[in-house]
Amino acid sequence: MKELSELSLNILTLLKEDARRSPELLATLLGVKEKEIRDAIAQMEEDNVIVKYATVVNWSKVDEDKVTALIEVQITPERERGFEGIAERIYLFPQVKSVYLMSGAYDLLVEVEGKNLREVANFVSDKLSPIESVLSTKTHFILKKYKQDGIIYEDHEDDHRLVISP
Amino acid sequence: MNNETIGSRDMGRYLNARVRDIAPSGIRKFFDLVSGNKDIITLGVGEPDFSTPWHVREACVYSLERGQTRYTSNAGMPELREAIAEYLDRSFQIQYDPGKEMIVTVGGSEAIDLALRALVEPGDEILIPEPCYISYSPIVSIGGGVPVGIETFAKDGFKLTAESLQKAITPNSKVLILCYPSNPTGGIMTREDWLPIAKIIEENDLIVISDEIYAELTYDQKHVSFASLPGMKDRTILVSGFSKAFAMTGWRMGYVCAHEELTQAMLKIHQYTVMCAPVMGQVAALEALKHGLDEKDRMVESYNMRRRLVVKGFRDIGLDCHEPQGAFYAFPSIQSTGLTSEEFATRLLYEAKVAAVPGNVFGQGGEGFLRCSYATSVQQLTEAIERMGELVTKIRQER
Repeated sequence: MKELSELSLNILTLLKEDARRSPELLATLLGVKEKEIRDAIAQMEEDNVIVKYATVVNWSKVDEDKVTALIEVQITPERERGFEGIAERIYLFPQVKSVYLMSGAYDLLVEVEGKNLREVANFVSDKLSPIESVLSTKTHFILKKYKQDGIIYEDHEDDHRLVISP
Repeated sequence: MNNETIGSRDMGRYLNARVRDIAPSGIRKFFDLVSGNKDIITLGVGEPDFSTPWHVREACVYSLERGQTRYTSNAGMPELREAIAEYLDRSFQIQYDPGKEMIVTVGGSEAIDLALRALVEPGDEILIPEPCYISYSPIVSIGGGVPVGIETFAKDGFKLTAESLQKAITPNSKVLILCYPSNPTGGIMTREDWLPIAKIIEENDLIVISDEIYAELTYDQKHVSFASLPGMKDRTILVSGFSKAFAMTGWRMGYVCAHEELTQAMLKIHQYTVMCAPVMGQVAALEALKHGLDEKDRMVESYNMRRRLVVKGFRDIGLDCHEPQGAFYAFPSIQSTGLTSEEFATRLLYEAKVAAVPGNVFGQGGEGFLRCSYATSVQQLTEAIERMGELVTKIRQER
């Protein structure tokens, strides 16, 4: 694993806040040349440190049928490959949004998205549970998202400052 | 007597003449002007855009739940004073006895008032480098003192120079008020800048009130406290607080540190006027010192980025702007537009919907400048500078 330079780290912090910030703006904010920013970003993209620039969407704001579940999955690790092979078999399904290997009472935490409850239930019974090394699943449906990846969905802390103060 | 008959008389005759004669503050006038306007971007705010970090607020809520709602000792909770002493030692290498040399106050503002009330006698001349924070001179006047402004200049980075200080000193000079890092200019003083000043203080047997409320907000170098200079600790009343560094303006938490004899005198005033600083604020301040230093560093770094953005922005639209080294203000010159500070600020407000404070309200040397706070979002700053640029172009075309 590479050690990240301070500049790269600062760039990541700023892009995590807003991925649409231009190299020109980043250069001004960080007090370096634009080329340094472009080079650092290119390097991080090449190294897969920056994987993708995605948008955080608050789906509850729109009339869109969507349910999300977090599923605890217990599995038997495979000889030689451990958890990797099974994790891959699971994360390749497009309805699977994230997969984490966990310590503790279960092995994988799988986030699954579907149009409705039944669709997610079907995925669990038809696709996930039948996988040979899957021992058990426990499905939790998400009722509301308040904060994701450091971003608060509905921030109530408005700016109450006086317009002019000494 | 009914209201009408009282109202028909001159109520002003009851007033203390010194209070009556204080001119209304220029910033207040501009505030009234701005307040009537909707949808403006304001660069006029003298406080952080961050809310107080959650762990600090949460600590206060918890203390209220436990019923921690009573007076503290006059000088403030002993744990808090110890934490402040430790913090000042670690951050600025100044050692104060938390038991005898420190009072927790209602904001830095009360600390300034305490210091001036304890020192100023009628006729005393109080030296004040300007442009500066607007409260010093009125408080000096209320005490019967004579405020003596010392103009500082953009070409010097708004530093106080030994020559100009020397020139302002008379046999009546008693106190020098310092505010570095500076509101409104963003100027700072380095150790090298301070040493000749300290020498003059010593030679003329003066005392210093050093308002270091922005001490944590310096960018390319660390703040040097005037009290940390050789021989200056006993000659300095150090004023500071939590407002700017920890985003705690509304809590009104400040402190003052000084030689025991001075501190005990200020404590007399403090105990008879406010008794003690609010306990909720003290609990919050203690939490900020114990667990808030990382968060503070993150906020400072965020101001630093925005500082670079506005300085470049102002220069790009053709305004001279000295590079502020501290606080969260840029102080660009608008002299090239041919307008006065107030004319420019007024047009900026009405035509560009951007509020900033005209420099002349901050005293001598402020005319021709504009105080722009960059404690606001990158998006708003970018938009504000763009609008300001359009106005500058328009003004140039008119001429």
